[in-house]
Amino acid sequence: MRGKTAIVGAGLSEFGEVPGWGHFELMAQAVERALDDAGLKKNDIDGVFAALSPAGLVSATVSEYLGLHPKVLEGTMLGGSSFINFVQWAALALDAGLCEVALITYGSNARSGGRRPGGMVPTPYEAIYDMRLVNGYALAAARHMHQYGTTRVQLAEIAVAARGWAAKNPKAMVRDALSIDDVLSARMVSDPLTVSDCCLITDGAGALIMTRADRAKDFPNKPAYVLGVAADASHDQIAQMEDLTVTGAARSGPRAYEMAGMGPSDMDVLELYDAFTINTLLFLEDLGFCKKGEGGGFVEGGHIAPGGGLPVNTNGGGLSCVHPGMYGIFLLAEAVEQLRGTAGARQIDGAETALVHGNGGTLSTQVTAILGTENTL
Amino acid sequence: MADTIGLGPDQIYRDNLESGEFKIQQCADCEKYVFYPRHLCPHCGSSSLLWKSASGRAQVYSTTVARRRPDRGGDYNVCIVELEEGPRMTSRVEGIDPDQVTIGMALRHAIADGGDAGPFIVFNPDNSGEA
Repeated sequence: MRGKTAIVGAGLSEFGEVPGWGHFELMAQAVERALDDAGLKKNDIDGVFAALSPAGLVSATVSEYLGLHPKVLEGTMLGGSSFINFVQWAALALDAGLCEVALITYGSNARSGGRRPGGMVPTPYEAIYDMRLVNGYALAAARHMHQYGTTRVQLAEIAVAARGWAAKNPKAMVRDALSIDDVLSARMVSDPLTVSDCCLITDGAGALIMTRADRAKDFPNKPAYVLGVAADASHDQIAQMEDLTVTGAARSGPRAYEMAGMGPSDMDVLELYDAFTINTLLFLEDLGFCKKGEGGGFVEGGHIAPGGGLPVNTNGGGLSCVHPGMYGIFLLAEAVEQLRGTAGARQIDGAETALVHGNGGTLSTQVTAILGTENTL
Repeated sequence: MADTIGLGPDQIYRDNLESGEFKIQQCADCEKYVFYPRHLCPHCGSSSLLWKSASGRAQVYSTTVARRRPDRGGDYNVCIVELEEGPRMTSRVEGIDPDQVTIGMALRHAIADGGDAGPFIVFNPDNSGEA
């Protein structure tokens, strides 16, 4: 699968606060921009990969909305990681010749529409305890702190780093200065996570166009080639997670690296699904950027902030840029920008490889993708 | 056929709770305990899962205070409890303030009244001093 397909078009809708727009309207705006970006017409799309929370016949709804009769329809709902997972199945469908132009898309008006994320079917063994999405992540954070001595200050470093990147992104929703003290003194939502440890709830949509690599250079913009992608599921309800400090990224990561023929030290830029600060820390460990338990020390001193040693979540992440319920498509869009060299003030010089890691549910589904420029083929 | 197949494991679990009994499954093949109730053992795939009375002894594996406005009921505890038999379950600790619940705390089970949702398992601190 390595290098056989590429993302040749990317588009984001207006995002942040976009009142008066529905899920599919935002999505269509992103699709319009992705098609413009790729120089394609909507009828060129013959594969639709889409998910929305709560799940419905989403890929059929997208096809209906856009007036398409796609040959390939995919809508596997894995939560926020769905869109990284779609990269895997779009790559396979394209490589097998089942379709020629794959659209991966998502849209939501979670902010203006007033619908909170976490619209998944609650399990009976959690719902009775009034278990919310944030509580599960808080349990993971509490366990990591207990087991490894990780501190709230270290988690706050992650929120501060994300805000530093957001300050460089004119489109990020929240860009004002944020200090560690601000994070620590923010309203507690579920101990040890304050509201500043939690992602934003925004409106927004994204769309990506994928084709086979043999025609990827026929499009106006630099392709982002798919070098590796792998998925893992460790549980649905977090009480069933074997070890709250080790996510499925510890399995999806190595498989994605193996497919790409690369390792952590080859990654120029990381886009990690930061629904909460603990996510970033767990994924840095599980994806091999530091040892298990050492994520807290790793992020200290602005190490993942602008000017630090490792660029992580360069758009500002779900914490400060955009997060309308499911964030995965925005990770991919930012990776594409970085690999094209078009990310403006937040551009990582000479970025040739990008690691994109998606998370879904309550650390339940994990999907890792490695993208690269033509030089990495 | 329904007579010989009987009820599914989820219904049996709930019926046991209605009778005041906290039972979990143990696999007859790999001998590991299982929660939540299933038709197949998640460890070895066996369908020979037997019902056993849980000891009700457990400890806190992780815990959080879910913050909630006082006019909506105030803060409450959400935790993951590790049963003495091994499996973990989502639950809450009652009888103490939610911020007094700590990882490793010894617990004893109780059956709470969930109204229309039926009875369910909660825990209280185990002050008996028994291991």
